[in-house]
Amino acid sequence: MTHVLEVSGLKKHFGGVKAVDGVSFTVEEGEILGLIGPNGCGKSTLFNCILGQLTPTEGAVRLDGRVITGLYPAQLNRLGVSRTFQLLQVFPNLSVRENLILAGQEHKGTMLRRLFGARDAGLTPDADRMIAFFRLQHLADQKAGGLSYGQQKLLDAAMAFMAGPRLVLLDEPAGGVNLTMLENLKERLRTINRELGATFVVIEHNMDFVMSLCSRVVVMAEGKVLAEGSPAAIRNDPAVIEAYLGH
Amino acid sequence: MIRRPDANLLILLAAFPVLWFLPAGLKSYGLYVVSLWLVMSIAAMGLNLTLGYAGLTSLAQGAFLGIGAYATAILTTKAGWPLPAAFLASSGLSFAVGVLLGFPALRVKHHYLAFVTLAFTVVVFLVARNEQWLTGGVFGIANIPRPVLFGSDLGAALPFYRLLLCVTLVLALAMWWLLRSPWGRAFLALRENPLRAASLGIDIRAYTLLAFAIGSAYGGAAGSLYAPLVEFIDPAPFALSASFVLLLTVVAGGAGSFFGPFVGAFFSYMLPELLRATGGWYLIIYAAVVLVIVMISPTGLLGLIERWRDHRSQTRAAAARAAATPTLGAEAGGSESDSLRKGATP
Repeated sequence: MTHVLEVSGLKKHFGGVKAVDGVSFTVEEGEILGLIGPNGCGKSTLFNCILGQLTPTEGAVRLDGRVITGLYPAQLNRLGVSRTFQLLQVFPNLSVRENLILAGQEHKGTMLRRLFGARDAGLTPDADRMIAFFRLQHLADQKAGGLSYGQQKLLDAAMAFMAGPRLVLLDEPAGGVNLTMLENLKERLRTINRELGATFVVIEHNMDFVMSLCSRVVVMAEGKVLAEGSPAAIRNDPAVIEAYLGH
Repeated sequence: MIRRPDANLLILLAAFPVLWFLPAGLKSYGLYVVSLWLVMSIAAMGLNLTLGYAGLTSLAQGAFLGIGAYATAILTTKAGWPLPAAFLASSGLSFAVGVLLGFPALRVKHHYLAFVTLAFTVVVFLVARNEQWLTGGVFGIANIPRPVLFGSDLGAALPFYRLLLCVTLVLALAMWWLLRSPWGRAFLALRENPLRAASLGIDIRAYTLLAFAIGSAYGGAAGSLYAPLVEFIDPAPFALSASFVLLLTVVAGGAGSFFGPFVGAFFSYMLPELLRATGGWYLIIYAAVVLVIVMISPTGLLGLIERWRDHRSQTRAAAARAAATPTLGAEAGGSESDSLRKGATP
């Protein structure tokens, strides 16, 4: 059986620094995989290698069995690999709805169709469904730059789901989101995971969030995979505790 | 402009009859100045796409003006082509060269890109000056004919001005359409955050090349109209300074606003003529006006209006935020959705 995502022997060295040093893991259909580890352990570098923002020094990334190493971010996105960002990356001068339409437009039709076709690329209903799902109706026509931090974070996430992705990499989705919103964000992500049949990989520092959202967790330390297993097993793994807390 | 395209369209269509009749009383020099304003507005429209919307700093628009002008001059005087055919060929040639010049833009940004395009402009100028067999060198090309269309001679100042006005309208409508299409949105994304744009599947390479090519095609089109307007061309109007003035035109008018190029071109090409009566002072007054515009509003004259509108909508947004509960799903009300499935929308 092929895995949705398969990372094998991935290395990324910056000069003498081995940021990612031989990481292998797989992600299965419909899974929510947590990727945790202390700061500087190589999580973000690993993400950037998977997403085509960095070229790995060695190793391969496969999507549904197909090698995707070396593809451009835009090509990857059109193959169904989507992402959210640690820092806010919405388009401040576009409205909330326009942001969402932008997130979906390149997945519909050809370049020529997009030039001569409808202005919204037929995506207004999809965008409005996403807006309603993330409770942003009253802000649909506002410029994204005028939204609060939490609202922009939601929009950022919503943009990742616009094109009905196969695989979504979420980079600290809970970062800077207040506690009341957190539970609801988790529930929204679960619903999307179920309804879109999308597979998630989540980088997160908020342990409670990861442990309750994810079905499986991969722990990285110093560029390598330290442990892998169910949230309960990871919680009690002495090696993991040591990596986080030191001696 | 993406948010209020219909207002832009209405202004465009309303301005057409006004501009059709208004200059009828002008003498030939006045008509020349208004015609020059139209031609330079077209060139500035192209640069506004490249720089204002797609965010690619180009100092090559003057060179494309030159490419279009020389291509049209050569094709109409030496090869005997009619102007419409030469116009299409000049625009097409500029489009193709624009694609080639777009390749460096895939690698460098901002002032580095400005340097690359600056070098290109110098090369085009040197070719125009030194390749005498093709361009006539410093002696230029004279007797560039004005067109005869559908049996009527458009050689006189007023008919030719009206022809220019029609072409300007068509090109402005095409630009309006382009900017309100999904392409316009993609260009904007390219300017504001290329990294994020790529992560949404936007082909940065294709859109960068297209922004350059379409912007250059407008430059070439403007040049192709400039040649029969002045009837004699030499390399001087296409030197580096022409590209600087066009850049200034776009910035002073309002980079990234639809009518910015028209307003900017008024300042750069008509105002100096109007101020000619002040004798030696006109350059100083012109420079001071532009300086003040850029100081008051770095986003240009139309940027001022834009900022005022933004301020109003921001105030409204703040009110909307204050009225809404900041938590997800906590507020009551019937229009939320708990599902993303189609048909689940309220």
